[in-house]
Amino acid sequence: MTSRFAFTRRAAIALGGALMLAGGPALAQETVKIGLILPMTGPFASTGRQIEAAAKLYIAEKGATVAGKKVELIVKDDTGTPDVTRRIAQELLVNDKVSFLAGFGLTPLAFAVAPLATQSKTPMIVMAAATSSITEQSPFIVRTSFTLPQVTIGIADWAAKNGVKKAMTLVSDYGPGIDAEKAFKDRLTAAGGEVTGEVRIPLRNPDFAPFLQRVSDAKPDALFVFVPSGVGSQFMKQFVERGLDKSGVRLIATGDVTDDDIVDSMGDVALGTITTHHYSANHNSPENKAFVAAFTKAANVRPNFMAVGGWDGMHLIYEALKKTNGATDGTALVEAMKGMSWTSPRGPISIDAKTRDIVQNVYVRKIEKVDGQLYNVEFSTFEAVPDPVKAGK
Amino acid sequence: MLQSNPAPQQDAKPVLGPAAFLKAKAAWRWPEFLFWISAFALILLLPNRHLLLNEIAILGLFALSLDLILGYAGIVSLGHAAFFGVGAYAAGLLTKYGVTEPVSGLVLSGVAAGFAGFLASFMILRGTDLTRLMVTLGVALIFHEIANRLDWLTGGADGLLGVAPGPILGRFDFDFAGTTAYVYSLTVTFLLFLAARRIVHSPFGLSVKALKDNRLRAATIGIAPNRRLIAIYTLGAVYAGMAGALLTQTTQFVSLEVLDFARSADALLVLVIGGSGYLYGGLIGAIAFKLMKDTLSAMTPAYWIFWMGFILVILVLIGRDRRMAGLARPFAPLLRLLGARRP
Repeated sequence: MTSRFAFTRRAAIALGGALMLAGGPALAQETVKIGLILPMTGPFASTGRQIEAAAKLYIAEKGATVAGKKVELIVKDDTGTPDVTRRIAQELLVNDKVSFLAGFGLTPLAFAVAPLATQSKTPMIVMAAATSSITEQSPFIVRTSFTLPQVTIGIADWAAKNGVKKAMTLVSDYGPGIDAEKAFKDRLTAAGGEVTGEVRIPLRNPDFAPFLQRVSDAKPDALFVFVPSGVGSQFMKQFVERGLDKSGVRLIATGDVTDDDIVDSMGDVALGTITTHHYSANHNSPENKAFVAAFTKAANVRPNFMAVGGWDGMHLIYEALKKTNGATDGTALVEAMKGMSWTSPRGPISIDAKTRDIVQNVYVRKIEKVDGQLYNVEFSTFEAVPDPVKAGK
Repeated sequence: MLQSNPAPQQDAKPVLGPAAFLKAKAAWRWPEFLFWISAFALILLLPNRHLLLNEIAILGLFALSLDLILGYAGIVSLGHAAFFGVGAYAAGLLTKYGVTEPVSGLVLSGVAAGFAGFLASFMILRGTDLTRLMVTLGVALIFHEIANRLDWLTGGADGLLGVAPGPILGRFDFDFAGTTAYVYSLTVTFLLFLAARRIVHSPFGLSVKALKDNRLRAATIGIAPNRRLIAIYTLGAVYAGMAGALLTQTTQFVSLEVLDFARSADALLVLVIGGSGYLYGGLIGAIAFKLMKDTLSAMTPAYWIFWMGFILVILVLIGRDRRMAGLARPFAPLLRLLGARRP
């Protein structure tokens, strides 16, 4: 009796142990966590909300399971402050054991986290920040947004072809702005034009009035502008207040200024503004039409280029996981991402295998009224543009 | 500092002699031991939250530095982040260009911030509270813009890259879970707290307090105001600079946010929450502030600022003056034991 009892108990323990051995690793691997760190409050909150909505939409549409694993998204607000971004990233890595870090609304936020990605060998998907040098900070950084030089050289080419000889530049005073200023100047000068004045305005609490006065006095053929997503409407308002829209100074810009999020609220004064960018909600493709419809339904706003960066970032993560069959080794995942190409709502894109940066079409657009709303309507395309800074190295 | 006065504790009973009075004030009370023991115990008790604890220790030290000038000398400042930022950038640049050992970097950063504080202190000697608010705010804005413009040195708005501090004292490397960082920040905060405690309970500290209460009267009994204000302001700047240096060394990155107005405002807010003028206010406030922020922002990443503001308004409505009498009555004896003054 006793021995039989002991036997069954031992058997039970053994059985339990076997079950645990079989079940343990499977349970542990079931979820893949993605830490999405975004500025959800503060001056760049719109960036965070667009990306969050896009990432959630992607999971809702494609299902929360990929390569047999459940995908869990952890969204954190870093308030746009680098030391907070870093702390959150570190906590996500240590406590939540995330397999991907994603998001990063501004350049310094990405810079602050880059060493962590290297140390922990975790893929870091930059969905927004656009300074060219970000991908050089860690071999684990892959970008699905864009770089400023990439979208700027197009407008410089367009300007040179359309009779702009003398131009002034006005950019926000931080990494991407300086990148844009330099790219525009180099390209326009190479094409025989001239930049007669360069103005940098502070990133926080920008007041354009005094700078616009200088532009109005100098009367160049065109004014090239870059300000980050969300600040464009302030700029446009002051541009009109100063009467610059009637002064014959042509306004050309990167698409950040006439961001889809705000372009409709700028009013008819914005009509005819020429910009170059990689995404417009008006882009004519079945992929984009489906994306815009689903996004508008889910988030109640029009998607902008931030949203598409978030969407493609999630796509990259999903596809990489499919390629590794669900394995979450960081090095393997980044290898899987290199050279990947697909059709995004913005058009055909790919990840450069060497630089881990995005290669995409850049479109020249003009603000027009479509169905009573203002849109950036694409009318010309530069195909498969890499980041010119790194391509030139 | 203490031995100068004649009467060593003979008849301490009816009226305390000056030395005995100072000694009685400076005596350690049991909640203080409890406070620090728990702070150090958290190293083992909360191994998952060392990064947050590290931030709390740094914010606590920063608020403590503001308490020194606000709570003791009565100088209102809206620009204390200026010195935090000088310390942070000094530590970053030192680490980048040679001095990778954190402790020496910390001391040098403190010296740099102290020097900036010394120079700035001459501007706060004159004027009323309102002028001081403006002057301190202005100084911080100037520092912010300087750091922004010197982008070849500071990295401008992109932040300073390539800050890689070596092991502390050549032995303890910064680890990934933030344990070294917390132990380091807490130890520094504790040691600086001990020094601050010693200073505010010294005759010098008392004389500074006298200046806060009534400058004219203090001057008539022979306390020279200006030298003392310069000294305490410089000291506050040294502390703030060291807090900044800790942030740089433990996060290995410096950006313009270290000089942001929001950082100065946070420190003031922390002191409002924790109470000023008894050294623990900054530390207690920092704990409450960070925990509140962390919990709320984890619950609602997009709307937590609303709740944060809501709670702060409630806190102030219930009344800073009535705090001891009202909501916090159960804690009042404890806070008094930590040295908070009766309302």
